[in-house]
Amino acid sequence: MLRLAPTLLIALLALPVGAGLLMVFLPAFGYLPALGGNTVSMAPWQSLVAQPGLGRSIAVSFASGLLSTLMALLVVVLFLAASRGTWLDRSIRRLVSPLLAIPHAAVAFGLAFLIAPSGLLARFFSPGLTGWERPPDWLIVNDAMGLTLMAGLMLKEVPFLLLMCLAALPQLQPEQRVMLSRSLGYAPSIAWLKTVFPALYPLIRLPIYAVIAYATSVVDMAMILGPTLPPTLSVSILTWFNDPDLNRRFMASAGAVLQLGVTLAALTTWWLGEQCVKRLSHHWLVNGTRQRGALAIAVGGRGLLGLTTLLVISAIAGLAVFSVAGFWRFPDAFPGTLTLDHWRRILPMISTPLVNTLSVGLAATLIAAVLVVAALENAARHHLPAHAGQWLLYLPLIIPQVAFLFGLVVAAESINLRPQRALVVAAHLLFVVPYLYLSLSEAYRRLDPRWLQVAHSLGASPWRAFWQVRLPLLLAPLLTACAVSLAVSIGQYLPTLLLGGGRVPTITTEAVAMASGGNRRLIAVLALLQALLPFIGFSLALLIPRLAWAKRRQMRGVA
Amino acid sequence: MTLNPTLHIQQVQITLHGETLLAIDRTIAPGEVLTVMGPSGSGKSTLLAYLAGFISPAFKAQGQVFLADTRLDTLPAEKRGLGLLFQDPLLFPHLSVGGNLRFGIPQRTANKQAQVVQALHQVGLAGYEARDPATLSGGQQARVALMRLLLSQPRAVLLDEPFSKLDMALRQEMRSLVFNQLRDAGLPALLVTHDHADADAAGGPIIELG
Repeated sequence: MLRLAPTLLIALLALPVGAGLLMVFLPAFGYLPALGGNTVSMAPWQSLVAQPGLGRSIAVSFASGLLSTLMALLVVVLFLAASRGTWLDRSIRRLVSPLLAIPHAAVAFGLAFLIAPSGLLARFFSPGLTGWERPPDWLIVNDAMGLTLMAGLMLKEVPFLLLMCLAALPQLQPEQRVMLSRSLGYAPSIAWLKTVFPALYPLIRLPIYAVIAYATSVVDMAMILGPTLPPTLSVSILTWFNDPDLNRRFMASAGAVLQLGVTLAALTTWWLGEQCVKRLSHHWLVNGTRQRGALAIAVGGRGLLGLTTLLVISAIAGLAVFSVAGFWRFPDAFPGTLTLDHWRRILPMISTPLVNTLSVGLAATLIAAVLVVAALENAARHHLPAHAGQWLLYLPLIIPQVAFLFGLVVAAESINLRPQRALVVAAHLLFVVPYLYLSLSEAYRRLDPRWLQVAHSLGASPWRAFWQVRLPLLLAPLLTACAVSLAVSIGQYLPTLLLGGGRVPTITTEAVAMASGGNRRLIAVLALLQALLPFIGFSLALLIPRLAWAKRRQMRGVA
Repeated sequence: MTLNPTLHIQQVQITLHGETLLAIDRTIAPGEVLTVMGPSGSGKSTLLAYLAGFISPAFKAQGQVFLADTRLDTLPAEKRGLGLLFQDPLLFPHLSVGGNLRFGIPQRTANKQAQVVQALHQVGLAGYEARDPATLSGGQQARVALMRLLLSQPRAVLLDEPFSKLDMALRQEMRSLVFNQLRDAGLPALLVTHDHADADAAGGPIIELG
């Protein structure tokens, strides 16, 4: 049974992605008998190319993916280079990690409410600095160049990349490398950039590719912050798929294939950039400059990450203010009256989405946890290398969701599976499993093997040792991994919408659906709820081990 | 106590990538301690891992290990009846002192509670049953680890530099405690160490590796 776990895990990830891609490729070339497409043709591509503004959609998707990732990486790298483990650095770090748990849509709404012409920032500086008595007629959110979309993406990418770096760093022994270079006269930040970063980059390459892929094809954030006429490619594809004219499905499939191409092009561009930087930086690495730029990095690194953190926190705080705002005249920094009306109005309407969010999230997390632990336990028992086949985990993260999820719906329908809750859980698993595996595998691998050896030498069978020794010792990291996976599930928009056929509404789908409606106060309530749920998960993951091990001193330091 | 078995290590040879790491052919009588010495890298720990059943598949091993008439090297680790004592006490941090002791007692043993009380009393830790192992001193933890091993009723014992992390005064005390207990229980034991004082205290035959 245990031996089957790795195969099952890989099949669970690879089969749906493969089937989804196939069922997008076939209709992209006119073949989908269920909709009357019996011959292979280029007609879908012809109508796709004829779409107005297609070039602009592609350009925005491509550029926002690359630029936001580049900016986020820059912020993270500069911070890590500047960071010296001081009190300030550690507090910034601690503030960033929970930001990862906030879903994309909530961050997007928060940012929109912050920087819109009538948003919090404008109110704060008006009329004092700006002289505005009424909101200026500027298009900041939904701007045609996608700048706000890039900013929103960046806010979510920074915490992710930072945590990925922090997880990879210990194995490089960065302190030693920096200390050695400092003894050769290098400034600490320059020492970090020259001796740690080149070794770190290969370890975070896959997460970076996942970020690029996500950013070039994101749907929910692009619907909230992205340009509208035309929207990004991914949003256009969603619109075409939902068109009542079924013939548009063929064109949408061609669009999904095009999206795959755009993402691949972005990844290739990044890879070429990598090669260039590698070549160009070779000289810089060994040219012996030890101090130049150190001050700029020290200030810039902390400043940029601090600013990013501050933006996210103000965005969420802004949501909180909007959710209780009563009458609020424009240049006033705070609402004239506070009210709980919006909460009272919306709470009765969201019991079903709330139950759906939690039931889908908990089911996906539970299934994923059992599968991942089984696979890890199997690897540990048979001394298998933990990283074999790990790139497969990134498959659903690197292939754009829009490129295969529509195909997955078609594939499911072709074996008579109508969109339903079970399919939503299955689709969430595609994204929950990789994150759960990535967050748990390191803790599993790092557990001192002697604990299990002692247990065995005392006569405990493999299963008894697993239940009574390994699981209790890994309780804290396991719960954290489950909280991560719950947060991932809560944030899913497209899989929930598509595999549920719109009949499994969650907090996330409801919030995004309101984006065009424009009632800020109701949106703020939903977005806050969406951000709140993952926090409950993370708090429990911290609290349960503390209560369970209240009388076990050593267990409180673990994980 | 039933008649104690003898541990036979018959023409055991361990190779890594085709190169012979060590070869050993010895018999350890009940109550006897065989000391294996050698510098780090000589394969002492590999021998121990092989006997206990934890050796990594990268190593290839030939030969046979018998405890009385039972062939051990084909059994899974938990069925070999070999107790292990490491450098660190490795008391399970999520269990109490008493929980650690009970973890090792074979399942169908009568009066487990009395055994736990008696064992703690024996090493001067009476009344420590409910304590968190993390609140014990290093020497106290080492004593609990020894009693946990003995309560699991092993048929032979493997010792992996068990005194190297204790300070000088404590080391002497633990040596006599461990070796006396093993002798009283009549268990064959294999001690791996690089400290000659350990070997002297063990008082048995010595082989050098490497």
